[in-house]
Amino acid sequence: MTDPVLEIRGLRVDYGLGDAAVHAVRDVDLTLHRGEVLGLAGESGSGKSTLAYGLTRLLPPPGVVSGGQVIYHRDDGPPVDVLALSPAQLRAFRWAETSIVFQGAMNSLNPVHRISTQLLDVIKAHEPRSTAAARRQRARELLRLVGISADRLDGYPHQLSGGMRQRVMIAMALALEPQVVIMDEPTTALDVVMQRQILGQLAELRERLGFAVLFITHDLSLLVEFSDRIAIMYGGRIVEEAPAAQLYRQALHPYTDGLLHSFPALRGPRRELTGIPGSPPDLRAMPDGCAFHPRCPKAFDRCDKELPPLGPPGDGDPGRSVACWLHPAAVPLTR
Amino acid sequence: MTLSESAAAPADEVVLEAVGLTKHFPVRRRLRDLLSRTPAVVHAVDDVSFALRRGQVTALVGESGSGKSTVARLLAQLHPRTAGDVRLHGRSTRVRGGRAFRAYVRRVQLILQDPFASLNPVHTVRYHLTRSLRIHGNAGRTAADLDRALADLLTRVRLTPPERFLDVFPHELSGGQRQRVAIARALGANPEVLLADEPVSMLDVSIRLGVLNLLQDLKERLRLAILYITHDIASARYFADETIVMYAGRMVEGGDSETVTQQPAHPYTRLLISSAPDPDRITGGGGDGTAGGERGHGEPPSLIRPPTGCRFHPRCPHAMPRCAAELPPRLTIGDRPGHWAACWLYDPATAAADAPAAPDADRAVPPAAAVGREGATTLGEAR
Repeated sequence: MTDPVLEIRGLRVDYGLGDAAVHAVRDVDLTLHRGEVLGLAGESGSGKSTLAYGLTRLLPPPGVVSGGQVIYHRDDGPPVDVLALSPAQLRAFRWAETSIVFQGAMNSLNPVHRISTQLLDVIKAHEPRSTAAARRQRARELLRLVGISADRLDGYPHQLSGGMRQRVMIAMALALEPQVVIMDEPTTALDVVMQRQILGQLAELRERLGFAVLFITHDLSLLVEFSDRIAIMYGGRIVEEAPAAQLYRQALHPYTDGLLHSFPALRGPRRELTGIPGSPPDLRAMPDGCAFHPRCPKAFDRCDKELPPLGPPGDGDPGRSVACWLHPAAVPLTR
Repeated sequence: MTLSESAAAPADEVVLEAVGLTKHFPVRRRLRDLLSRTPAVVHAVDDVSFALRRGQVTALVGESGSGKSTVARLLAQLHPRTAGDVRLHGRSTRVRGGRAFRAYVRRVQLILQDPFASLNPVHTVRYHLTRSLRIHGNAGRTAADLDRALADLLTRVRLTPPERFLDVFPHELSGGQRQRVAIARALGANPEVLLADEPVSMLDVSIRLGVLNLLQDLKERLRLAILYITHDIASARYFADETIVMYAGRMVEGGDSETVTQQPAHPYTRLLISSAPDPDRITGGGGDGTAGGERGHGEPPSLIRPPTGCRFHPRCPHAMPRCAAELPPRLTIGDRPGHWAACWLYDPATAAADAPAAPDADRAVPPAAAVGREGATTLGEAR
C-alpha cells in the first residue's frame, strides 16, 4: 500500500453544544492513501456527509468539530493538521490540496454567471500572478479533460444538461491538481447512463493525474465496482473497512451483509433479498453498546452492553477491520 | 371496506389501459417562431399503449426526461391528454375535475416520489388518513368505525402498533415510514389501480426493499394493478411482472421482466443495462469504464424537435439509414411470447438485406437476423 495522503484520527463532530449536542460523527479513524479510491457508504443520517464537511472545515453552525485530528501529507514538506490551519492558510489549502464535488451540480454552479467566470475565478484566486490568457487556456484544457467541448466555456449553467454541469464541477475540482478529491454523492441526481459515463471518465482521470478520491454514497453496488477500499458507516462510526472485492465476497459486519442483500442484482440468478429490518438509529438517543444491535439478526447479550472496537478481526485478514463482537479484534487499534 | 367485488373478478383482467397516449406540452413562442406555421411543442409522450392487469405489476423504466412520469400523470388524469385514450375497464374516460374526477381517483390512486413533500408537515398522520377515508366514503358512520378503518390502514402498511403512528407528525417519521403513510393514504380510497411514480428512489437502499415488498404484498392480497415507474431496471426485474422501457417519450421495448432484463433486444435497453452498477464486475482498480460493452455516448435528444424515425438513432451503435427515415413499429421477437422491440434490427426485411449491421458482436443477445426471421410481425398498426 502506498503512503497515506489524508489521515483522520479520532474525529468527532457534534451538532450543538453541551448536553444537547447530537454526536453525528464519533471517533472516526480513516486513512486515505495516495491515488486510491476510498468508498464511504452508509444510510442517510449515518454521518458520512458530516464527516466530509468536518474534515474540510466546511461545517455550517451549529456543527462543531469537537475532537480529533485531520492530517494532510503534502507531496513535499511536513504534514499539516487541517483542523489547526488559520483562515488564511485554510483558504490557500482548500481547492489547491483538497477539493470537493457536491451532490447537486444544479445548485453548485451560480446560474447568473458564465461557466468561464466561475472556472477562471478558481484559478485566479489561487494563482493571482497568472495571465488572463494562460488562465483561459487552462480552463479550456480542463473542459476538454472532462469531455466537454471548449466552446461551452462561455455558456451559462442552464444551457448545459445535468450531466455536463456535474462534469464542469469535476473539472473545477481538478483545476488546481489537488491530491485529494472528496465526492459527496456526485452522481445521485443523474441517470445510470450518465453516471457510468462520468464515473468512467473519473477513473481515467485518476489514472492520469493520480489524485486520491474519497467517494461518499449510499449506493454500495456502485462502490463495490468503482473503489479500491470501502468503509461502512453506521450511527456516526465506521463499522467495517476492507478492500472492495473482499467486502463484497465476505462481509463480516451484519450491517454490511444487510446492505449487500438490499439491492436487487441485474445479472445472474435471482438472489434472495433480505434487506435490513427496522429503521436507522436516532442520533439523539443512540442505543447502548453496538449501535446496530436493535436491528441485528445476530445480536447476543454482549452487544447491547459493550461497544465493539474497530480493528482487524481475530479470525481473519489483517488488511481489513471490523467493529463487531462476532469478530472480536485480535489487537484493537489504538490511537 | 369490501373487497369481495374485486376478489371475484378474473385474475388477469385489464383494469386500466393506455391506448396511443400522447402528450405535447406547448412551449412559449418567441418572436421568430411567429413566422413558422406550426407551434413549438415538447413531445413528452408519443403513442404509448399498455395495459395494467389486476394483480400484476407493470414497470415503466427510463431515464429522467423519458416521459415516464408524464404517463403516470396522464393516467391519473392530472394532465389533459393531447391524443389517445385512457380506458378504465374498457370504457374511455376523460375527466377534468369535480365529481367525475373524484369518482375516477377513487379507483386510480397515485403515489409520489418524495414522501417528504407529499405529506403536509403541519398535519398528523391521523388527519391525512381520515381525509382520504372521508373523501372516498370509507370512513363509516361512527367514530368507532373511523378508528377501526384507520387502524386497519396502518396495519396494512405494517406501521404497527397503529396507535403509535396515528398522532405523530410527518417530521417524526423516517423516510420509509412516511412513504408507508403515503401508501396508506392511497389505500384509503380502496383503489383498483396504484400508480407508483418512483416510490423508493428517495429512500435509503436498506429501506427500499421493505417498501417494495409491501407493494408486492398489497398486489397479492388486494389484487391491485400497479404501475411501477422507476429508473432502476434491476428493481423492475425483481418486482414487476412486465417491464416496458421508454426512451425520449416513446416505448422502445416491452415484455416480461426477466426476458427484458436478461435478453434485452433494443440497443437502448442494452445501454441501460450495461450502465447499471454491477458489483460482480469487480475490477479492483477503480473500474475502467469500458467494461460495459455497449458503451454509452451522447445524451437524450431535445423533445421539441425530436429526431426523425427512431428517436434513439443518433446514439445508436447499430443505426442504419432506415432508422433516421422511418419510425420502427413494435416488432415481436421470437424468443418469448409478448417480447417486442421498436427497432428495425428485428424487421425480417432488414435482417436479410443488411445482415452485417445486426448486433451479432454482442455476446448477450442472439443475432438479430436469426431471431427476426422466426416470427417478426408488425404490430404497430394493429394495436
